Amino acid sequence: MVMKKRKIVINEDVCMGCRLCEVHCLVKHSKSKKIIKAFKGEYPRALPMILVEEKGHLSFALQCRHCEDAPCLSSCITGALYRDPNSGAILYDEKKCVGCWMCIMVCPFGVIKRGSEKKIVSKCDLCLDENVPVCVKNCPNEALICVEEKL
Amino acid sequence: MVKRPVPNEFIIERDEKKCIACQACVRACSYDVHTYDPETDTVESDDSKCVGCHFCEALCPTKALRTVRNPSAYKENANWTAEVINDIVKQAEQGGVILTGMGCDKGQRNYFDHMVLNASQVTNPSIDALREPMELRTYIGTKPDCIEIDYNENGPVLKTKIPPQLELQTPILFSAMSYGSISLNASIALARASAEIGTFWNTGEGGLHKALYKYGKNTIAQVASGRFGVHAEYLKSAAAIEIKIGQGAKPGIGGHLPGEKVSAEISETRMIPEGTDALSPAPHHDIYSIEDLRQLIYALKEATEYEKPVGVKIAAVHNVAPIASGIVRAGADFVAIDGLRGGTGASPKIIRDNVGIPIELATAVVDQRLREEGIRHKASLIVGGGFRNGADVTKAIILGADAVYIATAALVAMGCTLCQKCYQGKCNWGIATQDPYLTKRLNPDIGARRLVNMLRGWSFEIKEMMGGMGINAIESLRGNRENLRGIGLMEGELKMLGIKPAGEAW
Repeated sequence: MVMKKRKIVINEDVCMGCRLCEVHCLVKHSKSKKIIKAFKGEYPRALPMILVEEKGHLSFALQCRHCEDAPCLSSCITGALYRDPNSGAILYDEKKCVGCWMCIMVCPFGVIKRGSEKKIVSKCDLCLDENVPVCVKNCPNEALICVEEKL
Repeated sequence: MVKRPVPNEFIIERDEKKCIACQACVRACSYDVHTYDPETDTVESDDSKCVGCHFCEALCPTKALRTVRNPSAYKENANWTAEVINDIVKQAEQGGVILTGMGCDKGQRNYFDHMVLNASQVTNPSIDALREPMELRTYIGTKPDCIEIDYNENGPVLKTKIPPQLELQTPILFSAMSYGSISLNASIALARASAEIGTFWNTGEGGLHKALYKYGKNTIAQVASGRFGVHAEYLKSAAAIEIKIGQGAKPGIGGHLPGEKVSAEISETRMIPEGTDALSPAPHHDIYSIEDLRQLIYALKEATEYEKPVGVKIAAVHNVAPIASGIVRAGADFVAIDGLRGGTGASPKIIRDNVGIPIELATAVVDQRLREEGIRHKASLIVGGGFRNGADVTKAIILGADAVYIATAALVAMGCTLCQKCYQGKCNWGIATQDPYLTKRLNPDIGARRLVNMLRGWSFEIKEMMGGMGINAIESLRGNRENLRGIGLMEGELKMLGIKPAGEAW
């Protein structure tokens, strides 16, 4: 198996702030994976793991940067956050999470969010089971770009 | 009387079963049609503001939106159409000139739809265009009267000095759209696509933004009546220069870029103060005759050391043939003619819809006139104004054009849906706007890719049509009017077009 390091980068010059990345990320991480049901028929509603930041006409989508030196990893007391050896991505194991939220405190980008219950769920997983992350695939202006490097 | 509003042109149909209230439409619409109500978690639409640009439809992730024509109708009347009545209502309210964008939509006869192409059968072979070499390359510029060749032991050597030429890999160029009327991203897309295909884009009268100088080899620099952004470096950076006298959408009318669009960068490019209106006078105030035009042509040639073709763009009007003849005699290397259906960023509707003649007739009569006078080779003929596909291009070349200018089609490739509201500067597609919230919606990478795709598709189609006619070079098709026949045209029209009616053999 070829190991690839996946990165999602943003071209903020062409991000129009439509937030469709958030919509599709939410659907991807919902139970049904169906857009209308995910929004109108699932309680609690799933959360997007990507967030569009806006100031004036500047906007860009932000999600976990999967830092090389990741403060969340060292702050996690149970090992719920771990680095996937195949992809280098930082993934989350809900079963191990005790909901101490230290990761939320230390994340320098503020991209780890509380879930609707006590634990955290909102954490980009790079859509490793997809050929292309859904936010990239559904960005109407190609502002989100997926870069893959061989490890 | 009771105040009478103009009826909505469109109605937004929102399928509530599908709408997930994600608010993509709310954020998308620069006309503020859609609003979100957090109390009910629903999105509402104010149809009266909708211009019918379909941007919200394009973004809606569940396809819950449909923009449909408002069925509310007046009593049917062939003369007093809804458009006529509504225009009067607007003018009775405001007392101004009605503005519009894009080309004439009134449906005067489109001669391209009344002409059909030939194909070879039995007596002359057709060519399989996708397997055999087909030549779409053409050259824009003055051709010499005759060619002298020296034969020596190394082979033939051309003795005649050939005047400067533009080399086009396909006979299609992007016509003038200024930075100001369109966004910088749209200009970048046009410039990149031209460089990739091997053709040219035109700066329009807005000057050349500093980010675009690197595309100079594929740029035609326009010099218009306002002289915006014209300086020595601008002229020298381009591959050719075009003097703009007129425009098909508004012959005889100047231009007006409202001050609110004149941002810092546009002010720098156009060399006018920020926030001031950019007014292009209707005539060039130094051109009142062919002799005056000759002076400007040669001033520009002098400024660029006779290294670049200098052309003149006019609108197709009644006297187009003698005017074109005068332009050629004034020393222009190419004549660009813009027909009735040519587009614009802003024009009084009454002018756009009623002034000028269709480009098909103008092309045919200009080519004929220049041939009769023996000066056809002195200048190339570029025609534009509502070219929709490869067939229109092919037919225009048969009528005598060297190449075709397209702009509306290019905008459509970049997203434009012809809502005709360019003059409002709120283009949701990021094309006809300078609003930084909107311009970034046009990703120049996507724009350039789509323009290249379109030109490639048209070029394949032109090759296929040429192959069918048994012709393998675009230069052999030019003025080859036996390959064109008219359908449903009157004798006078056929005579103007210089073609026979369908059914008549060679």
